[in-house]
Amino acid sequence: MMKGHRDHPAYWAFAVHRLSGLVLALFLPVHFYFLGRAIKGAAALDGVIAWTDNPLAKVAEAGLVILLTAHLTGGVRLLAVEFLPWRDWQKTLIVLTGGLSLGAGLLFLINAV
Amino acid sequence: MTAMLEVSVWRGREEGAFVSYAVPARRSQTVLDVITHIQRRLDASLSYRFACRVGMCGSCAMTVNGKPQWTCRAPVSEVAPSGKLTIQPLRNLKVIKDLSVDMTTFFDKWARAGGAFKPALGRPTAGVGGDFAAVKPASRARRAADAAIECIGCGVCYAACDVAAWNRDYLGPAALNRAWSLVNDVRDGARRERLAAIAGDAGCYACHSQQGCTEHCPKHLNPTASIAGLKRASAWAWLTGKP
Repeated sequence: MMKGHRDHPAYWAFAVHRLSGLVLALFLPVHFYFLGRAIKGAAALDGVIAWTDNPLAKVAEAGLVILLTAHLTGGVRLLAVEFLPWRDWQKTLIVLTGGLSLGAGLLFLINAV
Repeated sequence: MTAMLEVSVWRGREEGAFVSYAVPARRSQTVLDVITHIQRRLDASLSYRFACRVGMCGSCAMTVNGKPQWTCRAPVSEVAPSGKLTIQPLRNLKVIKDLSVDMTTFFDKWARAGGAFKPALGRPTAGVGGDFAAVKPASRARRAADAAIECIGCGVCYAACDVAAWNRDYLGPAALNRAWSLVNDVRDGARRERLAAIAGDAGCYACHSQQGCTEHCPKHLNPTASIAGLKRASAWAWLTGKP
């Protein structure tokens, strides 16, 4: 269970931003590794791309899209907190970042199907 | 029969254990009333700190059911509707005994953040050696200073802050909030030194905007906004070379 002093929306937003950043950082080397296979010829890359057509890979990709949007919108939210004069609708901003991320993931899945 | 509260209280220093007490539930009872009952009726050796009982002095803050808060204005009916209370000393500060913590580091950091007012001698706004400083109440700077000024130094924000737990040197929300209040004080003459003091690794840039301070401040202040203001002011001073 989350410790009492951390149980509030701004902390969840921080946690999502940090965790999505870490997972994306882990994903990037894998991404570049597979892209790098193109150097060895089109067939190697095509093999990987064909593999990503399976439904499980699509779901995982939707997860990546959600993480990417969450990290992007979370970053924009932080910039707003730090560079714009203070607004009292911070919690609305947090909800917006979550909604946009899930929406982006859903859009990706709809397109993928 | 009187309903009883189940109260678990931290006894000891950094090493210690929880001890359970049964305290009669009363109407309009505060958490501080509960602790005082234990100390006066059940165990006189319990150490804790309080003074004003009306939310002005900032000495009675503790961790109640996992959340840092003042205890004098925390009704048991709101904090623990189930009648179960777990009371610990404030986080991030050295425990002296039981519920009393050593506030030395906390206030030393106020001093390090340039928390003392230094009059701008010779300036018309200084109000020193001449007439009173005339500061328009509606001016932007006055309102910004006002927003941060009601701090009672209770340490709740410091206990709620994860950055203060991760980085022992971090000045913390209260000290930085104080610095922001003075940065906006047109009578003050130490802006340059203060911005330098709060711009280091352990200063405003260490803040992750988790807003635990703002969430828990019993006076409803917004140290996160103050720290964001300091980030802007110090970055601007660095970019332009002018404080």
